[in-house]
Amino acid sequence: MCILELSALELGKKIKSGEVTVLEAVEACLGRMKEMEPGIHAYVTVVDEEQAMERAKEVQAMIEEGALTSPLAGVPVAVKDNLCTKGLRTTCSSEILYNFVPTYTAEAVLNLEKAGAVILGKTNMDEFAMGSTTETSAFGVTRNPWNTDHVPGGSSGGSCAAVAAKECFYALGSDTGGSIRQPSSFCGVTGIKPTYGTVSRYGLIAYGSSLDQIGPIGKNVSDCAAVLEAVSSYDNKDSTSIPREDLNFTGALVNDVKGMRIGIPRDYLGEGLDEEVRAAVLEAAGALRQRGAMVEEFDLSLVEYAIPAYYVIASAEASSNLSRFDGVKYGLRAKEYEGLHQMYKKSRSQGFGPEVKRRIMLGSFVLSSGYYDAYYLKALRTKALIKKAFDRAFAEYDVILGPAAPTTAPKLGESLKDPLKMYLGDIYTVAVNLAGLPAMTVPCGQDRQGLPVGLQLMGDCFQEKKIIRAAYTFEQTREGR
Amino acid sequence: MANVIMDETIEYVGILAKLELSREEKEEAKKDMGRMLDYIDKLNELDTSNVEPMSHVFSMNNVFRQDVVTNGDDREDMLKNAPEQKEGAFKVPRTVE
Repeated sequence: MCILELSALELGKKIKSGEVTVLEAVEACLGRMKEMEPGIHAYVTVVDEEQAMERAKEVQAMIEEGALTSPLAGVPVAVKDNLCTKGLRTTCSSEILYNFVPTYTAEAVLNLEKAGAVILGKTNMDEFAMGSTTETSAFGVTRNPWNTDHVPGGSSGGSCAAVAAKECFYALGSDTGGSIRQPSSFCGVTGIKPTYGTVSRYGLIAYGSSLDQIGPIGKNVSDCAAVLEAVSSYDNKDSTSIPREDLNFTGALVNDVKGMRIGIPRDYLGEGLDEEVRAAVLEAAGALRQRGAMVEEFDLSLVEYAIPAYYVIASAEASSNLSRFDGVKYGLRAKEYEGLHQMYKKSRSQGFGPEVKRRIMLGSFVLSSGYYDAYYLKALRTKALIKKAFDRAFAEYDVILGPAAPTTAPKLGESLKDPLKMYLGDIYTVAVNLAGLPAMTVPCGQDRQGLPVGLQLMGDCFQEKKIIRAAYTFEQTREGR
Repeated sequence: MANVIMDETIEYVGILAKLELSREEKEEAKKDMGRMLDYIDKLNELDTSNVEPMSHVFSMNNVFRQDVVTNGDDREDMLKNAPEQKEGAFKVPRTVE
């Protein structure tokens, strides 16, 4: 048996029964990383080996004592590099945080540690999560494990590539406009963006605070449900955290969609969608229909307005959030400067990459007096309309089904030449963030090049269980393929 | 309806954003921002005259708590991240003459 082939829950079970030790699991991952990292580069920072093995032994002892009972106890995890980890460098893949070592751990990561997770390292991402390819990282690109000439997607590209390359058993990512769902689609893995407020953002280095959510990336639906269950919590350190009664997401792992109402937005199948992606997604819809779901197409409307509204809101929030990086308390400080203001300007100009600067500039502009109403408030009004359109849809349907991205993974170097074109690739994912909805990606096939295609399932707020159930049922129809 | 971004606008945005751009970066930024705004202007197709701006999806209230210190003293660890420090504080260039 090869340990690396196991899912996170399968490994957890074998650790509990004593068939595999935590140390063996950690060593298997560290060995795999040595083999794969030169070609993939999923990690920015790999944990010190000695430390990882110490932690493995500690967790092993706690499992044997019965102090750790989580199904994920002892299972090694990779964490996106925008989540603070005490004593472990956290860079956001930016030069400006090249040496930043947090003094505290993000609440979501802390929840995993309490469940007995062993952290393997911090995964590569687009700088400050701004990008769709993981090519804007200051520490080099990550390559798609299915074909290393292609990107893994982004911004959680390192996390998704690490799962796909079996360099960890599961990973945490963050999703502001599709940053879990799109790279999950490109890397053939499963990922969930939960309802806004479900997972604490304390310790997540903010990009667009009203849109950001942390979520799991894993080998299958069951793993993702279990991880989501472990990381979700009400946290008074995050003022947007929402107390939820039912966090029993694994309870939704039911192989049955009889009577479930599934809608496919006609607007998600139109111009710009790759033929092979369309075919794979419609075949998945057919499989769910065959299992007893009622599937039909409908008009969601307003789809083409989601991207412009998203880029105004996300950039505005980014310009404010990233003003904290000034070279005073942590991170990069320019070598030469005259006076405080020049120190700020030079440190920021040297520390931020082009895409981050582009969004800070746009954000500063749309918030500036004279333009605030025309751009920022207009975008917030559009967001209200988009939310209403989803409300209407979820009065009719339990789940909305569509592609996660218009294409499979593009080749390296193709996307950054034309930022606007890259933004348009977010068409099926950003509306979910604007409306605060839960959504997930589950693999549904491959194109002729052998690159994975992802199916996206969206639910109404707090209805994760419905999409998990639909995803799990669909996954079962593909068993053995 | 093409948006033309003037030099003054980019200068002003640079001040707001606290970014120092080279001449090439400024030219690039003018083009980029013009193109983005052309695209964002698509929102003007929508009649939003009777729609309230929605900042949060859920009705959110401010979360208040007593102003009591609950965390420990991390001063030394925090100062380890400081580019420059002096006598237990962050060191910055002189700001008051």
